[in-house]
Amino acid sequence: MSREYDVIIVGGGITGAGTARDCAMRGLKTLLLERLDLTAGATGRNHGLLHSGARYAVTDQESAEECIQENMILRRIASHCVEETDGLFITLPEDDLGFQSTFIDSCLKAGIRAEAIDPKEALRLEPSANKDLIGAVRVPDGAVDPFRLTVANVYDAQLHGAEVLTYHQVTSLIKEGDRVVGVEAYDTQARQKKTFRSRLVINAGGIWGHHIASLAGATVNMFPAKGALLIFGHRVNNMVINRCRKPADADILVPGDTICLIGTTSSRLPYDQIDDMKVTPEEVDILLREGAKLAPQLMETRILRAYAGVRPLVAADNDPSGRSISRGIVCLDHETRDGIPGFITITGGKLMTYRLMAEWATDLACRKLGVDKKCQTAQICLPGSETEEEKQKKELQQGRRTLGHKAAHGRHGTRTSAIDMNDSEDASLVCECEGVSVAEVNYAIEELGAKNIINLRRRTRVGMGTCQGELCACRAAGLLGKANGCARKSLDDLASFMNERWKGMFPVGWGETLAEAQFTSWIYEGVCGLDAFSKKEE
Amino acid sequence: MSKDQHTNPESTFEQCMKCTVCTVYCPVVAVNPDYPGPKQAGPDGERYRLKDPLFYDEALDLCLNCKRCEVACPSNVKIGDIIQAARLKYSTKKPKLRDYILANTDIMGGLATTMAPVVNFTLGLSPVKAVMDGVLGVDHHRTFPKYAGQKFETWFKRHAASKQAEFDKKVSYFHGCYANYNYPKLAKDLVKILNAAGYGVNLLEKEKCCGVALISNGFKDQAQSQAELNLSSIRKAVGRGEPVLTTSSTCTFTMRDEYEHILGLDNSDVRDSIMLATKFLYTLIDEGRISLAFKEDYKKRIAYHTPCHMEKLGWAIYSTSLLRMIPGVDFLMLDSQCCGIAGTYGFKKEHYQDSQKIGESLFRQIQDSNVDLVATDCETCKWQIEMSAGVTVENPISIIADALDVEATIKLNR
Repeated sequence: MSREYDVIIVGGGITGAGTARDCAMRGLKTLLLERLDLTAGATGRNHGLLHSGARYAVTDQESAEECIQENMILRRIASHCVEETDGLFITLPEDDLGFQSTFIDSCLKAGIRAEAIDPKEALRLEPSANKDLIGAVRVPDGAVDPFRLTVANVYDAQLHGAEVLTYHQVTSLIKEGDRVVGVEAYDTQARQKKTFRSRLVINAGGIWGHHIASLAGATVNMFPAKGALLIFGHRVNNMVINRCRKPADADILVPGDTICLIGTTSSRLPYDQIDDMKVTPEEVDILLREGAKLAPQLMETRILRAYAGVRPLVAADNDPSGRSISRGIVCLDHETRDGIPGFITITGGKLMTYRLMAEWATDLACRKLGVDKKCQTAQICLPGSETEEEKQKKELQQGRRTLGHKAAHGRHGTRTSAIDMNDSEDASLVCECEGVSVAEVNYAIEELGAKNIINLRRRTRVGMGTCQGELCACRAAGLLGKANGCARKSLDDLASFMNERWKGMFPVGWGETLAEAQFTSWIYEGVCGLDAFSKKEE
Repeated sequence: MSKDQHTNPESTFEQCMKCTVCTVYCPVVAVNPDYPGPKQAGPDGERYRLKDPLFYDEALDLCLNCKRCEVACPSNVKIGDIIQAARLKYSTKKPKLRDYILANTDIMGGLATTMAPVVNFTLGLSPVKAVMDGVLGVDHHRTFPKYAGQKFETWFKRHAASKQAEFDKKVSYFHGCYANYNYPKLAKDLVKILNAAGYGVNLLEKEKCCGVALISNGFKDQAQSQAELNLSSIRKAVGRGEPVLTTSSTCTFTMRDEYEHILGLDNSDVRDSIMLATKFLYTLIDEGRISLAFKEDYKKRIAYHTPCHMEKLGWAIYSTSLLRMIPGVDFLMLDSQCCGIAGTYGFKKEHYQDSQKIGESLFRQIQDSNVDLVATDCETCKWQIEMSAGVTVENPISIIADALDVEATIKLNR
């Protein structure tokens, strides 16, 4: 019987993407299946913090060490996804300054450069930080764009021969005896069932991996912990700001691209609610109140939206907060664990350690398949990050470049050369807030597999800016309609995109954000007559 | 969040609702596709510049600083201020010698008035114009405004200062560079009207150019020191209970708004006391405190052009209402649009074409309207319209002074 694939990876988050790249680079015939879009789960719903590991140093040395090692690797292999901002751990008057020395010792022990700096120096470096701070430690934190990172991994996997299918939901695992030999999937766009066979199935479903494992007859107890975050309208800070104390609510402020993010809260969530999370008014209150302690200016800054993600932690103890659980990587060989050959689960871990998780899972897969190839993902740069950042910046300064050129370069790195903006129509902007050109949208449709506006948002930043889709969504829908040859589909897509934007604006719907939403509804409902906009909202 | 919290113009960009009406009203966007427009250059661009100064776009140099974007904005975003502040903060282009000459109206005016006939003659010669065009980048189509042989300040000290003591009621006058060096008649006209209405005129203890050209040419430090000197003189006048009157809408706007928004100086204590003479006169007449009498034989068809900064001030109503009071005036209100000159902008070779295109429909409207005179409160609009539409342009103060029956007015206000 012919085997189509060596491995099928289930889950298009960063772990699945990284595993697909690693498998493909080691010559395995690879298929990645994702039920929605890449990054649709926890990968697209976090801080985008390039952890130095400092946050875990005191409580979890192992995680801290993994973080700092991966941190340094990502700066090299994913430079176009990373902003090397550095971070501060500030001590406020109500915090115990004594904790600082414990903190620094633990960081140094884990190999994290941590240096106490004078409060005045800290404020000079980061003027938005709370002026009352009494201590500050500088660490190599940074920002990482999880959308870009995932897309770059998937793109590279494809360059190495992997196949990637989004909107394919795995409905069951095909078994021969106890052995898993493939999956049944439902193509939600073509509305048809498909069968894919493989020698191995790797479960990289994050929190949804609990369900995938159960399809194989294995039990992996996941611990869903909800974390809510707020996105602000612009960069208030240019360095990551943390509180120098034991991890608590809303104590990390991360600058990411044009915005900054405060998070997170942490609360237990029943497993059946992981697909329908809402940010509560209490969570917004906590985030604002605590966030303003890091940077008081947040209180006066426009909030674009609120969202929540689920930490895919593997339940290990009974701590109800979910914070003392190790972020450690869990790689399960279900053949030895549960007597189910052909099935591997890779879970636990975090965005920062995705590459290492992928390496562990791929090492195990190679052992099982008898393939003797070394992991190279820590050495070979991702597409877009091939040359050094400084060199790229210099190129940008030469000649007059428009916002569209410069912003695209931030998103696609050296791959920007594949986006031709010479023609004035191609150079015109679809998304004005985020500087996304017609050419960049077309590139995302043709090269990065964007099928709808939400896909486009994750691959370009269309609709992520101040106006949250008010100006760009209809333009993007037009371009997609042209590419897909279907206007009706684009209209539905537009309505569902606007509803998705409103969902994030609703919890922070006051002031300018509310006015913007009102104005947007006038345009889409009033001027454009997009009925579905209101109908779907009900 | 309340809009009042955004007192810093640099943070008003978050109030932008992305309605894009600013870009619709931008005169530059209409003629030059290289300019990204006020929305992108202002609030949109600001977010990116906060991320990385690399995102500064030198095309912001194309902004006229007309502030029509701010007038159009329904969300009170200080779009023009954001653009000006970004230019001063991020532009890596060094001002040229040409920019220095254009910006330093005080120094040039001081030198030129002492040798006015020679300077006026020389600046008008075609070989000189060719050199200025080729070497300096001052467009050869432009002629510098003629310099007067005697500064207004000198005339005032010799012929008018002593007489002012006769009046109980006093005002101070910020004449600005144009009235001092180029066209003292305007300043003399104001003294004539005020004296007839029973007001004495004082000059400020010290006065420097308001700095508008320094700001737009990138000389922020010098603009700041001149602004501080002006504010200190203005404070003394206001301390004596004298409002500080002006005859140029741009100087007025600069001292009232740009000093705070662009130069970061607190002028809140004196801002309300700085006003155009037309606003002062109209208010007094409206309150019945003075009356003006006009010559019966004065007959003119006059069109009013609203300078951009006058639009921003919202004060065109004062100047036009005064003109309409003159019985012999057949008044025509022109469409409010930028004439294209924007101070020193239109003098620059690289902007000349845009400058003329921007003003084109205004010039046509004037030429089609068959008027004797165009009235406007800005001297650079005057140069532009005189050159491009071929009609005489006067400040409303000069028109009132010409039409004024001085003896009758003195009697009315005794």
